[in-house]
Amino acid sequence: MTTTAMPVDNGVNVGALLDAREALSQAPEAAQFTWRATCEWVNGTHSRSTVQGFFGLGEEQSHRTTFTFDADHPEIFASEDHGATPVELVLAGLASCLTAGVASVAQNRDIQLRSVTATLEGGMDIQGILGIDGDVRNGFDGIKVSYDIDADATPDEIRAVVAQSQKRSAVYDVITNPTNVTVEVNQA
Amino acid sequence: MRATTVILGAGQAGLAMSRCLANRSIDHVVLERGEVANSWKTERWDSLRLLTPNWQSRLPGFGFEGEDPDGYRTMPETIQFLKRYAEVISAPVQTRTTVTSVRPVDGGYEVVTDGGTWRCRTVVIATGACNIPNVPKVAGAIPAHIDQLTPMQYKNPDQLEDGGVLVVGASATGTQIAHEIQRSGRQVTLAVGEHIRMPRDYRGRDIEWWMDAVGILDEFYRDVDNVVRVRNVPSLQLAGSDDRHDLDLNALTSTGVTLVGRLAGVNDRTAQFSGSLPNQAALSDLKMNRLLDRIDEWASENDLDGEVEAPRRFEPTRVEKNPSLATDLSNGAIRTVIWATGFRPDHSWLDVPVFDRKGRVKHDGGVVEAPGLYLMGMPFLRRRKSTLIDGAGDDAQDLSTHLAGYLNGGDTPAAA
Repeated sequence: MTTTAMPVDNGVNVGALLDAREALSQAPEAAQFTWRATCEWVNGTHSRSTVQGFFGLGEEQSHRTTFTFDADHPEIFASEDHGATPVELVLAGLASCLTAGVASVAQNRDIQLRSVTATLEGGMDIQGILGIDGDVRNGFDGIKVSYDIDADATPDEIRAVVAQSQKRSAVYDVITNPTNVTVEVNQA
Repeated sequence: MRATTVILGAGQAGLAMSRCLANRSIDHVVLERGEVANSWKTERWDSLRLLTPNWQSRLPGFGFEGEDPDGYRTMPETIQFLKRYAEVISAPVQTRTTVTSVRPVDGGYEVVTDGGTWRCRTVVIATGACNIPNVPKVAGAIPAHIDQLTPMQYKNPDQLEDGGVLVVGASATGTQIAHEIQRSGRQVTLAVGEHIRMPRDYRGRDIEWWMDAVGILDEFYRDVDNVVRVRNVPSLQLAGSDDRHDLDLNALTSTGVTLVGRLAGVNDRTAQFSGSLPNQAALSDLKMNRLLDRIDEWASENDLDGEVEAPRRFEPTRVEKNPSLATDLSNGAIRTVIWATGFRPDHSWLDVPVFDRKGRVKHDGGVVEAPGLYLMGMPFLRRRKSTLIDGAGDDAQDLSTHLAGYLNGGDTPAAA
């Protein structure tokens, strides 16, 4: 009986990503991207966000289709629960970003993944958002991410993939570092 | 004035190159703005010692002499060592000569100094990698009552006001300064971004001995998969001391230093720290353990296991459950900020179009794009050890070979 080593395939085109890195290091202006979302109030605490177009590689780009995300609050907040809470969407964004990174880094390091599951918890004292206690912040008091990964690699190699994914993650950066936010109101 | 080659800088790199050119009978002069080993003399703090053991300062035609091969030279000893090397090799050093411009002219270069102008066919830039301290823009937002120092201005804790000190950066510089200031009785907060943890000794030998023996310091720039990345790796968390203590984050925590994440911003008189400290610590622990694995493998392959101590692994970096994310800069708790945020070279006098978009001289292993122009002493210029005193020799050998080929009209696109 013979066995053939299957090439590592996590479905990530690392070659294309490395080519893009090389090309963009020569043309940094093409690396300037703008991501966009619009959000429409529906009713109560229910809103619907839409993403479609973005800017990058020097021109307008668009997703293959328009994606929408409903957000609301659960019934214990006296809401109708038409969607995830915005803070849960933040957790989902962090998890998706880190997991995409895990797949890419693993591919680049020739590590075959079989399964990857991230479980996230963000603790929050809602006395902040309710204005009960001014010393309590509105946001998370911390986020815990826990990965279960089945892959052809040693535990330390898997830890290194997850650590590298954090190092290169946009959402991890957005959450761990301050960002200036400007909110304007347009004339009706 | 004319010379075939003008070497700029009389530190270890310039002197090693001088020796290699002399061996090839290439006439040259070494121009030095101050004295031999000037940066070691004027731009370092008082207690600094070399991070490499004495035996490891090997230069072409000059080995270790004296006692205590395993100790670490103080700055005066380092200056004495390089002065002695300059004498032994009879290096043609012209001290107190500041270069104001280097520009291409017919047949080579014109080097303008405050002591006259030189014409030469080739120029070797050996002015060092650490001329200008990097200070992030956010320094401008630090309240005025707080003193700010770069590592070049810092000499010892006595020059600091009483009160807390924020040290930004956890490379060799930041960790050594943090350690010294904490021991002076001032509370130090250390802002930690990417850093490289390293034990001083491993299995009974200096970590530098292992890296030398295993061949890690000799790794060649063309054999690494991303040379840009390795050229930007921070310096190892090491100190040279009599008690050979470690200088990792756990050692600093034990002396009372408070660890926080990378300084992310200053808003409304509050310093904000990144929430990435646990991952920075994890990355560094994993990286150190990969190095130790490699050392252990090499020791086994070379039948050293009976001779040296048994392998061990160190306690993971201790990070508080909830490291502080912000500190108030207006309440007087922090009196001084020290920017241990790296250095960059000063090539402002180089009037040759060889810079990349970030202002760095473009080179292939020290061979600069402009014919006859060479660069030395930069991080991973040709080898991992390129910035060590011990690395100057091999780089000078390679680049002097290329330079000689260039003078002979040979087609030598790059030093292999």
